[in-house]
Amino acid sequence: MKKETIGDSLRRVDGRLKVTGGAKYSGEYEVPGLTYGVLVPATITSGTVTAIDSKAALRAPGVLAVITPFNAIKVPGYQPEAPTRIKGLKLFNDTQVYFNGQPIALVVADTFERATHAAGLVKATYQSQPHETNFHKNIEKGVSPQNNKDYVRGDVNAYKNAPVKIEQEYMLPSEMHNPMELHVTTAFWTGDDKVTLYTKSQGVISSQRAVANAFQLDAKNVQINSRFVGGAFGSSLRTWPHEIAAIQAAKMVKRPVKLTLTREQMFTLVGYRPLTIQKIGLGATADGKLVGISHESHSQTAAYEEFTERSVNVSRFLYDIPNVNTLYKVVPLNVGVPAPMRGPGEATGSFALESALDELSYAVNMDPIELRLKNYAETDLEKNLPWSSKYLKECYQKGAERIGWSNRAAKPGTNRDGEWLVGYGIGCGAFGAYRSRALAKIKLMPDGSVNIKSATSDIGPGTATSMVLIAADILNIPAKRITFELGDSSFPVAPTQGGSATISSVGSAVHDACIALKQKLNALAGKVEDSNDDIDYAKVLSQNNLPFLEITQESNPNEEAKKYSMYSFSAHFAQVYVHPLTGAVKIKKVVAVVDAGKIVNHKTASSQMIGGTVGGIGMAMTEEAVFDDRFGRYINGNFADYHVPVNADIPQLEAIFIDRPDPIINPIGTKGIGEISLIGVAPAIANAIYNATGKRVRELPITPDKLI
Amino acid sequence: MNQFQYVRPAEVPAAAKAFTKGPNTHFLAGGTNLIDLMKMGVVVPERLVDINHLPLKKIEKTPGGISIGALATNTEVSIHPLIKESFPLLSLAINAGASPQLRNMATVGGNLMQRTRCPYFFDTTMPCNKRVPGSGCGALEGINRMHAIFGASDKCIAVNPSDMNVALTALDATVHVTGLKGKRAIKFADFHRLPGEHPELDNTLQKGELITSVDIPVSPYNKNVHYLKVRDRTSYAFALVSAGVALNIENNTIQGARLAMGGVAHKPWRLTETEAFLKGKPVSLDVFKQASQIAMQGARAYEYNKFKLKLAPNTILQALTTAAGLKA
Ligand SMILES: Cc1cc2nc3c(=O)[nH]c(=O)nc-3n(C[C@H](O)[C@H](O)[C@H](O)COP(=O)(O)OP(=O)(O)OC[C@H]3O[C@@H](n4cnc5c(N)ncnc54)[C@H](O)[C@@H]3O)c2cc1C
Ligand code: SF4
Repeated sequence: MKKETIGDSLRRVDGRLKVTGGAKYSGEYEVPGLTYGVLVPATITSGTVTAIDSKAALRAPGVLAVITPFNAIKVPGYQPEAPTRIKGLKLFNDTQVYFNGQPIALVVADTFERATHAAGLVKATYQSQPHETNFHKNIEKGVSPQNNKDYVRGDVNAYKNAPVKIEQEYMLPSEMHNPMELHVTTAFWTGDDKVTLYTKSQGVISSQRAVANAFQLDAKNVQINSRFVGGAFGSSLRTWPHEIAAIQAAKMVKRPVKLTLTREQMFTLVGYRPLTIQKIGLGATADGKLVGISHESHSQTAAYEEFTERSVNVSRFLYDIPNVNTLYKVVPLNVGVPAPMRGPGEATGSFALESALDELSYAVNMDPIELRLKNYAETDLEKNLPWSSKYLKECYQKGAERIGWSNRAAKPGTNRDGEWLVGYGIGCGAFGAYRSRALAKIKLMPDGSVNIKSATSDIGPGTATSMVLIAADILNIPAKRITFELGDSSFPVAPTQGGSATISSVGSAVHDACIALKQKLNALAGKVEDSNDDIDYAKVLSQNNLPFLEITQESNPNEEAKKYSMYSFSAHFAQVYVHPLTGAVKIKKVVAVVDAGKIVNHKTASSQMIGGTVGGIGMAMTEEAVFDDRFGRYINGNFADYHVPVNADIPQLEAIFIDRPDPIINPIGTKGIGEISLIGVAPAIANAIYNATGKRVRELPITPDKLI
Repeated sequence: MNQFQYVRPAEVPAAAKAFTKGPNTHFLAGGTNLIDLMKMGVVVPERLVDINHLPLKKIEKTPGGISIGALATNTEVSIHPLIKESFPLLSLAINAGASPQLRNMATVGGNLMQRTRCPYFFDTTMPCNKRVPGSGCGALEGINRMHAIFGASDKCIAVNPSDMNVALTALDATVHVTGLKGKRAIKFADFHRLPGEHPELDNTLQKGELITSVDIPVSPYNKNVHYLKVRDRTSYAFALVSAGVALNIENNTIQGARLAMGGVAHKPWRLTETEAFLKGKPVSLDVFKQASQIAMQGARAYEYNKFKLKLAPNTILQALTTAAGLKA
């Protein structure tokens, strides 16, 4: 029988379920007595709710409750005396309004339609205050976040005194989280102090902790289920206030409550990549050796909560630069709080750094790849550590070949194909390769099948598929005999799916659990522990009179890793056509080359790269949440006006993996690709557009008006 | 969403009659615009007259041209052999709009009548003279990137969002309507109106009048045509600017020209002066450049849509060169 190994291309183990509708998402659970919650958003941007008239809503058919700051039961974790106080917005705990769209009431009814209708009947009275939502006007009010350390290496002014100098500002608008699946929570209490949730979550254990903290419950009395997630991209890394509100409502109406956000509410309640302005100062010698860099970043955050990300960090280590300083500030405004969005701050930072580097390449008249090679960082100068592994040079080379870099014209605006201007660009990125503690429980059944459980998630990458492949490889049995279950907080503890660390952390736990099982079986079969001989698992069980064999294995990062700097690296290449009269851009091809260590499953890894590249194309070309400061509201909070890229925007995409194991990070040698797939895409495209047209666009997205 | 009555007449007279009964009645065709507006609370009907069962779906030859039933879907029109042969500009324009799913539902009558996509019109918490006369224009000093450069008033600077309408105005279509007072025919150019003092009125249709068909007269404009739509994403986005161009070229001379623009005015913007200029001129890049400048006479931009002053002539120029088969 064919046995699969790490590095194969295994089809998604849940693919059939997903395409046949058999996969059950959090909004699809029918719980007896289910009721529906619909949020009522504030229509002021700052101030207080002075009164809420719920009479008409309560009279409407099917309505069970209208929950407001004036009648809501207290959430214990929101109170000042709580031992572990919940951070962020505390819905219905007080009457303060921090941003437009903040929920001020929750209507619960017996059907979704009735709840929606009644929500429209709730009348709020407000005391408005002046609001501050204009980022540009308030940029001076930026503050250095708590725990933020601005960074200096060498001489702060070095770049200014260099023979060649680039000083530019780059702007990225807010990009809204809009996974296909809306955010949804179904909450029901199974006892006075016991609650169960079906909710969209990237981490069932962290959701469990958050809910336990909010309601001051024993964590084991909180059951979180999130078996299938229809995309999350960082929007479900935390437990949002409306999830807590659903639990609160379930307690108040004493029935299960399902709360689904509307698409419009997705624009205000589940975070976004924040509007960020970055200033780069880059100095080099005439022959392109970098002398110094200054990278300053200002990002928008909420008045009620500080959100930070690592937009400036990349400038400290990606290139060999002796003098570096970075500064990071956040600007609190009357807006909802941002959240990490795929490739988070690293993608934002790489847009600025890689654009500036491209500008420098023209200033010193040097091929952009040459420039990068000339400043190649052989070690991590920020941490002062060797890389655990780094094959970025190989990425440059492979990508250049595949995109046809030799056809690139050194002089912008000179390469034509008919009416169209043709350009090529490169953009690079790095994302930390992490690993944290994870557990997996492996169970061998008498029929020789294996079941593995871990409280990890799958927000799209195909986690279960990769885990099955790892197990198949180590146990040396066919993949179809193995099942992997996730998304259940009663399973052994695993980290939240974020930061591209699942394959490294949970993959290691699965790896270690399989080794442990094999050793046990070898011992039972009377062989040396690490024997690699084929053994008949089922037979070993029956010979030893065992109904099954179960092992829970904990897996931890190794000490050795502390001596290294660990990153995944990427180089994205784009070929674009630009129409000089209309500013229309056709992205002809994108090649994404990644050094992410050993690739566990090529098929799902390629899909992940393609998905990330599409996200990067959105960032470069179409996505922008447009705000009207007079009203404090987004004017394009819907899918007609907020443009995510459609198929017609997406060209042929190619994912290439260096596929060399990292010797340090974990036993498999795999580093993670979720974020890196998006980091560097936007500058690759912007740089290609410059190469085609000679027009440098420093404000994303690159819409036609910016190119005519 | 509020509660409303729903009726579904089977004959045109019954549909017109149904209209008189309720004070706030709307015809429902494909629903791709009306239902969205109802969900947003922009339109709050007390009565919906579903016209989908009326016999108004035919696309047929008439002595003078082609008649398109008001309930023919956008897809049916765009792929119809008669249309593709005689009025390819219309096919191109329709296919440049929305998405296949929407075009499968959207009807010709509904497309003609679709409301503006001005974001302030769509958000009931914001001022908008078109939605609530006298409440002010949110776009005038707001984010007006998508807004008009021709024919606007200080009451409203919205644009008609339709692609189909651009072709229909260029092709000199006629809109046939039936109301309680009987039938009448409206020239396409007179169907939509400029905002003036009454932006709440998109067109000249009288209360209760039902569009039954759109007729297009035969013309020689079926060879050198092009519809060029510039937009923020490659598909499924409204026009920043669009240009519909049809030229009648003989011996390298322009015998006649039909030109209209979308995304620039409260109505599909027919360029009659530019057409007059082109008539009798030779096909040349120079002539087209001049034409594209003439087309811009009277243009006026607002804070965020100044780019249209350049994009619009560029788009016309490109559409003309493509239609004429010239290399730019
Ligand atoms: C996301 C999105 C993107 C879109 N993109 C584009 C685009 O790029 N280009 C474009 O041109 N369009 C676009 N559209 C608009 C689309 O073309 C219109 O929604 C559609 O044509 C409306 O037709 P309908 O039959 O669905 O009308 P309905 O929604 O049923 O009705 C619209 C209006 O017309 C009235 N009406 C309908 N039929 C008649 C009749 N026979 N007589 C009198 N009144 C009538 C109704 O009362 C209503 O007021 C888009 C729409 C959406 C939702
Ligand atoms: S432009 Fe017209 S539709 Fe838009 S806000 Fe002003 S009045 Fe309303």
